[in-house]
Amino acid sequence: MIRTEGLNIHLGEFHLQDISLAIKKNEFFVLMGPTGAGKTVLLEAIVGLVAPRSGKIFIDGRDITRLPPERRGISIVYQDYALFPHLSVEKNITYGVHFHHIDKDTAHNRFSRLIDQLNISHLLKRYPGTLSGGELQRVALARALMVSPKVILLDEPLSALDPNFREEIRHMLKTLHETSHITFLMVTHDFAEALSLGDRAAIMNQGRIEQSGCIQDIFNRPESTFVADFVGMKNIFSARFSSKSAQVEDLSFEIPSPHPNPTGYLAVRPEDIIISHTCLDSSMRNMFKGTVGRIIDQGFSYEIHVISGGVLFKSLLTKSSLIELGIKEGLEVFISFKASAVHIF
Amino acid sequence: MFTQGIRIIQLTSMTRKEPFFWITISCGVVIMAFILLPLIQMITAPSLAMMGETIQDKDVVRSIWLSIYTALSAAGISFLFGTPLAYILARTDFTGKRLVESIIDLPIVIPHPVVGIAILSVAGKNHWLGQIMYELGIRVMGSVTGIITVLTFVGMPFYINAVKDGFESISPRLENVSRSLGASMFSTFCRITFPLAWRSMLVGFIMCCARAISEFGAVVIVAYHPMIAPVMIYERFEAYGLKYSQPVAVWLICLCLALFLILRLMALPKKGGK
Repeated sequence: MIRTEGLNIHLGEFHLQDISLAIKKNEFFVLMGPTGAGKTVLLEAIVGLVAPRSGKIFIDGRDITRLPPERRGISIVYQDYALFPHLSVEKNITYGVHFHHIDKDTAHNRFSRLIDQLNISHLLKRYPGTLSGGELQRVALARALMVSPKVILLDEPLSALDPNFREEIRHMLKTLHETSHITFLMVTHDFAEALSLGDRAAIMNQGRIEQSGCIQDIFNRPESTFVADFVGMKNIFSARFSSKSAQVEDLSFEIPSPHPNPTGYLAVRPEDIIISHTCLDSSMRNMFKGTVGRIIDQGFSYEIHVISGGVLFKSLLTKSSLIELGIKEGLEVFISFKASAVHIF
Repeated sequence: MFTQGIRIIQLTSMTRKEPFFWITISCGVVIMAFILLPLIQMITAPSLAMMGETIQDKDVVRSIWLSIYTALSAAGISFLFGTPLAYILARTDFTGKRLVESIIDLPIVIPHPVVGIAILSVAGKNHWLGQIMYELGIRVMGSVTGIITVLTFVGMPFYINAVKDGFESISPRLENVSRSLGASMFSTFCRITFPLAWRSMLVGFIMCCARAISEFGAVVIVAYHPMIAPVMIYERFEAYGLKYSQPVAVWLICLCLALFLILRLMALPKKGGK
């Protein structure tokens, strides 16, 4: 459906390098990465607002690299919604109709379906300046969908919303995707958002694609330290590998499968590490004795640092388990995790 | 004025007991008096009879009309040629942009008679451009064309800067979205950019007009005749003294104020809605 081949973009300080992506028809594809990774620039290149220095963009097999934005059939919804402030909600939504030669009946039907689906029929006479964040987002979506684009690009559609609106819009996006034949490409820096909405994803960092594929795979099998860190694997260590184990500092880890190289990385999710007072008698193959370092309050949970054999482990505990276990700085504890929780790359 | 003073006190927690408060107030009063006193004195000096007599003088009417007409023309030319340039400066970044911006600001800092001399030196027969214009029958020296040329030269920077600021205040994302919805660049400009920027264009137009109407030094070198109002005021002052130049000045001020007031009212944002 959309394919980019070796896209290189230079835009001021931004450099996108060798971006190759393939997004399937009617897919919900998520583009992830930290702020400044170049996600918005990539979206603007796909829409045709930023010209690539080299590389090609295809849509349905057709090369559109040199096509102006108005002839690509790709809608974009910005993070700040970018509604036209001088036009009413109704005029905003129907803005594109004029340019697409959509006949009156089709336009009318589509319009009533969209305002119904997005629940904005009561806002039509209002101006963007008087709307709330959630309302602005729904109007922006309606405007983008009104021209029935082949692809819709969403630039962090949920990040500027209140948490209660966020859930509502997230649900709406899912429904819109399921009930239309439009390909969705969404940018976000929130992994939870990506997991709940997307089919496949790509992770960007400093103008490059670090990894792309099925979201579950990215989550479970990151291919680089950056991706591992990005998806929340806070325990990442460089390690030396032998056939069935890995050596990190003074500790020997049992690993699920042999590593192809003698050196590489090893990662464990903080939520996979169990803290206990005594040696656990279970199937946990990796168990180390250590000392509690810092305890960091993260609101809903606590991040506990445990130092063992010169290695700093990060684990998560809820407030109640923290109190129950009586975890304090300097306390001697055991940490344990399954061999299958160890990810190597 | 006084309510504003009180608001400042609330903002900066200045109290009336502090001497600093009284220093700021007295400086403000002095400046207000400095600006208003001469103007009020001049406006009230001529009698109504004299004012009536002056406006019946065909030469006066002609020169005031010429002043307004040439200033509007200069603003119109600035609008036509300056708008695209202002748009490019607001939307793109290129090497030498600073240089272009400095060149645009040059007419503001150059002494006025120098502007006149500079324009004459290009428009004279010794210069190839002057030669071409001569062959085409365009005369700059002592003509309306010359006056408009000079006024455009001095007024254009004010228009371009105001409009550039206006364009910069419009998010390029609005234009991007418009393009992605199928509008060409031209349609986008007409439907999105212009409706959002026309107020700053009008403000730029007013600033350009105001600057053009007040020009004397450059015009007097390029075209003493036909006489624009400031030149006539100067001439009457030289020949007959203060008393005879005042009524013309008052009429010019009144007409200019009326004109700018109308334009300013048009540029005010509508209440409610937007």
